[in-house]
Formats: sequence, C-alpha cells, structure tokens
Amino acid sequence: MIALMSGWPKFVLLWTDASIWLLLAALVAYGVMVLRKPQWAANWGKVFRDAPALASSLVLLLCLGVTLLDSVHYRARLPAAEGLASAAPAYEARTRSLLDALLSDLVDARESTYSRPLAYVGFTKESLLIGGEVQRVAPRLQFGGAHLQNPAANWLPDIAARGGTGLLWGALAALVLGAVGVVAVALGSRQPVGTTWGRIWRRQTAVPWHVALQTLALICLVAGPAMALSGPYHLLGTDLTGNDVLYQSLKSIRTAFVIGTLATVATLPLAVVLGIVAGYFRGWADEVIQYVYTVLSSVPNVLLIAACVLMVQVFLDKNPGLFETGAERSDLKLFLLCAVLGLTGWAGLCRLLRAETLKLRELDYVQAASAFGVSHTRIMVRHIFPNVAHLMLIVTVLEFSALILYEAVLSYVGVGVDPSMNSFGGMINLARSEMSRDPVVWWSFAAAFGFMVTLVLAANLFADGVRDAFDPRAAVFRSRRAVRSRKVV
Amino acid sequence: MQYLTRRLVNAVLVLLGVNLLTFMLFFTVNTPDDMARLNLGGKRVTQESIEKWKAERGYDKPLYFNAQQQGTAQFTETIFWDRSVSLFALKFGRADSESAGDIGHEVGARMVVSLQMALPLFILQVFASTAFALLLVMFRHSRLDFWGVVACVLMLSISSLFYIIVGQFLFSRVLKLAPISGYAPGLDAAKFLLLPIGLSLIARLGGEARLYRAMFLEETAKDYVRTARAKGLSEQVVLYRHVLRNALIPIVTSAGSYLPYVFLGSLVFESFFGLPGLGAYVIEAISKQDFAVVRTMVFVGSLLYIATFVLIDLVYTWVDPRVRLS
Repeated sequence: MIALMSGWPKFVLLWTDASIWLLLAALVAYGVMVLRKPQWAANWGKVFRDAPALASSLVLLLCLGVTLLDSVHYRARLPAAEGLASAAPAYEARTRSLLDALLSDLVDARESTYSRPLAYVGFTKESLLIGGEVQRVAPRLQFGGAHLQNPAANWLPDIAARGGTGLLWGALAALVLGAVGVVAVALGSRQPVGTTWGRIWRRQTAVPWHVALQTLALICLVAGPAMALSGPYHLLGTDLTGNDVLYQSLKSIRTAFVIGTLATVATLPLAVVLGIVAGYFRGWADEVIQYVYTVLSSVPNVLLIAACVLMVQVFLDKNPGLFETGAERSDLKLFLLCAVLGLTGWAGLCRLLRAETLKLRELDYVQAASAFGVSHTRIMVRHIFPNVAHLMLIVTVLEFSALILYEAVLSYVGVGVDPSMNSFGGMINLARSEMSRDPVVWWSFAAAFGFMVTLVLAANLFADGVRDAFDPRAAVFRSRRAVRSRKVV
Repeated sequence: MQYLTRRLVNAVLVLLGVNLLTFMLFFTVNTPDDMARLNLGGKRVTQESIEKWKAERGYDKPLYFNAQQQGTAQFTETIFWDRSVSLFALKFGRADSESAGDIGHEVGARMVVSLQMALPLFILQVFASTAFALLLVMFRHSRLDFWGVVACVLMLSISSLFYIIVGQFLFSRVLKLAPISGYAPGLDAAKFLLLPIGLSLIARLGGEARLYRAMFLEETAKDYVRTARAKGLSEQVVLYRHVLRNALIPIVTSAGSYLPYVFLGSLVFESFFGLPGLGAYVIEAISKQDFAVVRTMVFVGSLLYIATFVLIDLVYTWVDPRVRLS
C-alpha cells in the first residue's frame, strides 16, 4: 500500500486501483501497437464492423469510464482544529473516490430505510403525531422529493418536468457528441464532413457508424433524465439502510470490472508460459505441466476457489497490519480474490495453448528458425507466442463476462468480495430477503438485474465479435468448449 | 483394455495430486493450532484445550515429517499420512465444529437428495438443449433462428441467481404452485424438486443450446452431409440420422462435464430451495468455517470428477468407434 502525500487530500493507491491503471496503460500501449501493425488493425477493424460488437464496445467504454473514476481514491483533509494549526494534518477515516465526490449528492442524501424509486414518502409506515393524534402514516423522506410543497399534487408534474428537461439535455448532448463523432470519422477517412455524414446516413460505411450513433443517442437519452432526476429524488429508491440504489449500482460496476479484468489477466502468465513450454519442449516438461493442470482442473472450481478464499480470509485475520482502513482491507481481499481466481483458472487456456504450440512447432518456419540455431527462448517468444496470441485474446474476452456472473455466485456462497464492498452479488444476496417481504422490495433487485444484464450482454456480444474476427479457422466451437471450464453451478 | 488401465492409473495419480494440493492448502496456511483456536473461539483459549481439541481429532502430530520416529514411521506418523489414508479409504472422520457429526454419514445421506434433483435435471437438460438447438438448426438462416440465437445470448447473460429469485417469487409466492423451500423424503420430494429443476433447466438452456447449435452447424458443413443430400435424402433424415449422430460426440463431452454436479448437486439451487443436498452442505460448511467438511468435499468432488472423465472416455469408445482403434 502506497500513500502519496500531496496538496491537501491524501491520495490512497489501493491495490486494485494500481492494477486497473496499469491495465489501462497496457491497453493504450496495445492500442498504439495495433495502429502500427496493419494485420492487427485489420482484425480489429473486423471486430468493429460487427454492429453488436461496436454498440457494446461503447457500453463497455462507458463502464470503463465509471470504473476509472472510481479508481482514484483519497482521504479528505479534516479542517485543522483551533490552536493546533502546526500539528500534523488529520485526514478523514473514510476513503473516497472521485466517483463518490461526483455523486456526493447521492451519498449524502441518506434516508432512514427503504423507499420506492422516485418516492417522496418512506416505504414503511410509522406512528406519527399529527394534529394531536397518533396516526400510522408513511413519513416524508428527508431528501427524496423534499423540495415539493404539496407533494400529492406536484409530484407527477415535477417528475415529468424534470424528466423532460433531462431528456432535452440528453438529446442535446447526443447531438453534440454525435457531431463530434461524425467530424472525427470524416477526419479519419480524409473526406469532407458532408459526404461522410451522407454515407453514414445511408448506412454505406464499412464500419456501421450509424449503429454507434444510435447507441450513443440511446445512452444520452437514458442518462439525461436519470441525471436530472437523481439529484432531487432517489431514482432507483433506497435500500434497508437508506442508501441510494443507483449509487450502489454504479459502485458495483467497478467491482464487476475489476474482477472481470484482473482475474482473467491473472490467469495469463501461468497459462501462456506453461502452455507454450509444455507444447514446445514436450517430454517430461510436458508431462509435469499436464499433470499439474489436470490435478487443478479435477477439483470442482467453486470448491477450489472456496477453499482458497477461506485461506485468504484466515491470512487477512492473522495479519491485520497490512491495511489501515476498512476500505483498504476489503480492497486487498478483492485483489486476493482475483489472484485466487487467476491461480485456479488457468488450466483451460493452458491446455488450449499447449495444443496449438504442439501444432506450430512442427511448421516449417519454426523448424527453419531452429536450424539456424535460434535459441529456444527466442523461438518461443518471437515465433510461437505471436501466433498463439489470438487465442489468448479470445479467451480473455470470453472469460470477462463469465467472471462477472461468477462473482455473484461466489458472493452468494460467501467466498466473494467483502460484504462492505458494493457488488452485484451483494445486492442480489440482500434482494433474496427483500423479495420475501410483503409488500415486495423489488427495486434493488431490479437495479442489479438491469445493470448486470447490460454489462454482461455487452461483454458477451463484444466477445463474440472478437472471436469471429480473430479466429483464423473460425474454429468457434473448439475455443468455446475449452473456455467453458469455469462453470457456474 | 490397455487404454482403460492407463486411464485408471492416471486417475489415481491425479487423485494423489489433489490430495496433496488440498492438504497443503488447508494445513500449511492454517495450522491445526489456528483451527483449534478458531473453533474453540474467543481469546481465552489455553494451550491445554488446544492440545485436547487436536488430540480428539488426531491433529496432534507433525504435518509432513515426524523427526521423533524411526524408519518409515517418520512419514506414517504424520497428519498428512493419516488424512490421506483415511480419505482414500473413504473414512472422512468428524467435522471440526462441535455440533456436526460424522462427515461420511452426512455425505451419504445428502448425496441421495442431490441425486434426486440432479439426475432428472441432467437428462432433461441434454434433451431440452439438443431439441432446441436442433429446432434452430432446422430453420437455420431464418428469422426464427436469428431470434432464437438472440434469445440464447440474452438468456446466458442473466445470472442464474436472477432466475432463482424471480422463479421462486413468481411460482411460489404469487401463483402458489410450489412450496418456497424445504424437502420431504420419498414421493413427496417431487413437489419440492419440480421448481428448482425447471428453473435450473431454463437457466442453462441459453448457453447450452447455443453451443449445441454451433456444434450442429459445424457438422452440417461437412462433406458427408452434402453427399447425403445429393443422394436425395430428405432434410429431416439428414438432420436426424446423420448430423445428430455425429454431433453427439462433442455433445457427450460437453454434457459429461456436468456429470460430477449430478452427484455434488448445485450449490446455489440447493441452498435457495432448502434442499439438504451436498451443495447446501458445502455452503453451510463455508459459512461455519468448518475446514474438515470443505476439505472432504473437495476430495469427494475431485473423485467424482475424475471418475466422470473415465466414464466419458468409456462412452466415447461406444459412440465413436474411431477412439477404440487409436
């Protein structure tokens, strides 16, 4: 854990923050490389020519944005106490992120307990003294709709007005962003803006830009009213402790993203190195590596992860000195969970890479390199790796969505992320008891459902696009089967 | 025969590896002293009570190597040896926590419940997914196929937890067609099992059907299919007699990898519907931090897993004569 001293707030670099930013840097570097290599650029071009993949990449970018905002953490400085001006600065015990700061309205507007989406009264009735008489009524919310003078009459018109304004702003944003996008496309293809627009409108572009524009418009039109309404109301209601559900859902995106990316990336080093080594050297190295991954994959995945996570928990309990705050503890736990998922999940990819390397090593160009006296390491790095890298990419993208779904199950089993951390799994877990209340508390569940399906669906569609573009033999079936090693039961 | 022997020897070796892995995981990170402290609870645990707890469970020996003994006893008088031998003899001992009883007895009783749910589910699953995939393939490149695939992708993007919660809410609470949770032995079990089986079926249908469809399409692109059509066989005959049979090979592999769960039961479904199966047992053990139970279940799980794959190999030789020859 590194805490940087700067300016006035104290920046806290959590383990997962560091990993996420490193991954982003790697992604940008990869992007630059792709632009330089025509072959790779052509393949990625194919991905974006697939309309669902293009649309879902926009959704994923949006989620990535939320994740990045939520990956800058700091502890605000407390105002110095009188007379102690020279003392060491004191900081809040709570670690916040930039996203928290942006959504501070939602964080601070905490009600006492459940409230329906967009409600101005609480969900549960309380005994209140009205005009000297005790009545069972639902009390007004402290924040949600607090600006309404006469809620019974004003509520619906107020929501319609705010929603309408939000929609207009959303439409405006869509127009501006769309115009910027069209200009960018025109600049990229070195054609006049008018011609480009005409071709996009008539759907004649190679990359279906009209789909991108439609997606963008849809996002803006949903986000506009949502932003307009989430300030004065709780757009998606509040949960048992009165926290805003929309805020929780946005925070959960980061957890899902971190697990999806870090856990797949964590499988790569072992899978790639061992897979290529096994396939290239064959003989005893192959036997040993095969044995190890067979052992690993013979243990049912959930059980192995459960066992590892239990051990991680014991480890954390034994070493309380590793973290200063609760947030740091739950973050370290998330990080270790990703490591566990990585260490237990590499068998599938390793098997795939081994088989591919076995085929490649017999090819003429590898034999030629070998005859020229090129060293084994160099052959593996220069000749084998680039030719199996597409498998790595496909599996990584496919695993992403599987892991997001997996997180929910693991949280339910009790070996997922820390209960103090917002996650879809945690929301669903709570929803189980909420759905058995009478009347039903459905909004937390519905919010988790909506966000999760959007994210996973986007990831799935994007993964399909990547697979179709990068699999040279269109051996769709084989790679898909090998990947399914991780099962949700 | 020789092939089978090799597979069996391999299986035993892998099982030994699993045993070593789980032992390292459970005893090295978390020493018996820690376990004792955790189970006896609290801070005022004396060294004597720890020793007593360990002696009761046979944990009062060194982990891997006993320097105080002579000869082979240096290896046999250790926890590792004791645990491994008893696991391979299928004697699981007692659970770590005080209230829980003998693990072997529990596993036996619960496996029956898990089987009751998982076996019908497994068979129905293969049938339903194959049928749906065949339907899509029959109308391939049509609008039905397109929307069928869209539905599949949508269905596989939804977490199984959503199916359970919505299903339980809809069928048990609103329509009152099935009990919310619980279990009764004998024939009464059916009414408790119907809903979880149905929901589990739906939850997996999307992914499975899409996969099988891809397998079918891969087959329909092959030469023998073209030959069959050229012979003048009807599309139905081509699909049912030629494509279906050949696509069975990848389907057997794919479906077979679910077989261990037929015995292990489904973690999530069992605990949601209050079925006292093995899956629910694991969840209980995890929440109680009962390491002995989790350890045993890891072993039992891998045992079933490995047995399944030997079984799949056997089925392979039956559905695909080419395997027998090589």
